[in-house]
Amino acid sequence: MMDALTYFLSQFVNGVKLGSVYAMVAIGYSMVYGILRLINFAHGDIMTVGVYTILVLTTAFGMPLWVTVIISVIIAVFVGLSAERFAYRPLRSAGEETTLVSSLAVSIFLQNLLVMIFSPQRKAFLLSEQLTELHSFGTIRLSTMNIITFITVIIVLLILSHMIKNTRIGMAMRACSDNMNAAKLMGINITSVIVTAFIIGSALAALSGLMLAGEYKTIDPLMGFVPGLKAFCAAVLGGIGSLSGAVLGGFVLGIAEMLFAGLMPTEFTAYRDAFVFALLILVLLIRPNGILGTKDGGRS
Amino acid sequence: MLSIKNLNVKYDNIRVVHDVSLNIENGELIALIGANGAGKSTILKTLSGLIRPESGHIFFEGKEITKLPSHEIVEKGIIHVPEGRQIFAKMTIEENLKLGAYQQKDKNLIKEKMELAFDLFPILKQRIRQLAGTLSGGEQQMLAIGRALQGNPKLLLLDEPSMGLSPLMTQQVFDVLTKLKDSGITMLLVEQNAYDALEISDRTYILETGRIIMEGKSSKLIEDPKVKEAYLGGD
Ligand SMILES: Nc1ncnc2c1ncn2[C@@H]1O[C@H](COP(=O)(O)OP(=O)(O)OP(=O)(O)O)[C@@H](O)[C@H]1O
Ligand SMILES: [Mg+2]
Repeated sequence: MMDALTYFLSQFVNGVKLGSVYAMVAIGYSMVYGILRLINFAHGDIMTVGVYTILVLTTAFGMPLWVTVIISVIIAVFVGLSAERFAYRPLRSAGEETTLVSSLAVSIFLQNLLVMIFSPQRKAFLLSEQLTELHSFGTIRLSTMNIITFITVIIVLLILSHMIKNTRIGMAMRACSDNMNAAKLMGINITSVIVTAFIIGSALAALSGLMLAGEYKTIDPLMGFVPGLKAFCAAVLGGIGSLSGAVLGGFVLGIAEMLFAGLMPTEFTAYRDAFVFALLILVLLIRPNGILGTKDGGRS
Repeated sequence: MLSIKNLNVKYDNIRVVHDVSLNIENGELIALIGANGAGKSTILKTLSGLIRPESGHIFFEGKEITKLPSHEIVEKGIIHVPEGRQIFAKMTIEENLKLGAYQQKDKNLIKEKMELAFDLFPILKQRIRQLAGTLSGGEQQMLAIGRALQGNPKLLLLDEPSMGLSPLMTQQVFDVLTKLKDSGITMLLVEQNAYDALEISDRTYILETGRIIMEGKSSKLIEDPKVKEAYLGGD
């Protein structure tokens, strides 16, 4: 009995770990969607770009991890902004479907670029012993990396929610997602608001990439796509366009996924992705605008 | 103050504004009237940079603004109160007003303009923390005008401020416009409500299927038999 509880608890903690990654990626999806009504499929691949940047800089140049994290954030932001500038901005006046297709193209382009540079083979992604060292909290064991991840996620969420609520740019972002034309008439430079959303989203994607790779211990050029899709599900689940919705959706999805994987008989665990998407459909049937979504979820 | 020269605007391949020229002097209240689909809103949207003209020029205070993005046009002091209010429904009254002052830096001026909105529309003060989407149509119109004033406009573009309002509310809104005119704000008022527009304005332009067909002192036009026939319901 005690064992079962411990197992449940450890799966729950694994779910929280996964959930915090989903939450961070979902924020980027949700911000961009909220403003542009664009499902940026390339978002998950930006995460991969960040991870490979870290791998190259640590293995080939022996840089300390914290330096590589900063550089990977910068590169991810650069890639995110390039996608915005060259693949989405020229299509801004076209329909939402057009930019959606364009984002799929960017996603495929990034995946193939990474395959060309790094080969499709999986590569080991090992963190230093300091970071993987385990600490026991009662029956739960967490690595130093896990603890840093939790703290980072909490700090990021606090800063972002303060920014969205109280700062000038945060208010401009909310205004753009509420009513883009009216935002223009207030004198808001919407291009700079969109650019800000891409900067934040891409930076968070790079950070989440590190968290995910640290957990999986291997990486490959396609690794970002499915977690990206799930993060998108998380954003929809929580109520797309809402920051707290993205975070809540991320944790709900991560925890549900790990509990499913851990508690189902082993022959079912291969279906965990299917489970995630089924969960999304189920929630949307009950609450079409997501858990925290408001009635008119879209542009008013 | 504002001068539009030979403006042509099209959507896709259909031209809806034909060779429109229009002048507004400092302090004037100009009305632009015309039937549904005449192109009134299109002209205002072109002025505020939401859509780009096919050809023609727009000058404001002597400088060409035809190709400027909307946020730079706002910076020049042209503020557009759009058709259908377009308030930020999911934000509070206070946030809506603050967004109106998005480009304002002077703290005292921001405060003063906020007070002005509350003076003109006391209801806004009572509802300050309420989400704008929960206001009635008339209250939303007041918010839209109040919000525009936060930007310290030199030229106010008003697109059918009386739309959907009761006669009493309409009267209230027009009274406010008169006050604003007295305070020195220049205005371009688009209306379907031709009689009220002619009453309140100095000069009027009449738009028919994208063309200006008549222009002149409002006090003259209101007596004109053709105008009476077509826009003031006969008699
Ligand atoms: N986005 C658009 N795409 C295509 N055609 C448009 C678009 N917006 C307006 N039109 C057309 O342009 C013409 C002028 O429209 P506009 O909105 O300027 O008229 P209006 O004078 O403001 O009418 P109303 O009094 O009904 O508001 C109309 O025929 C309209 O159908
Ligand atoms: Mg109109």
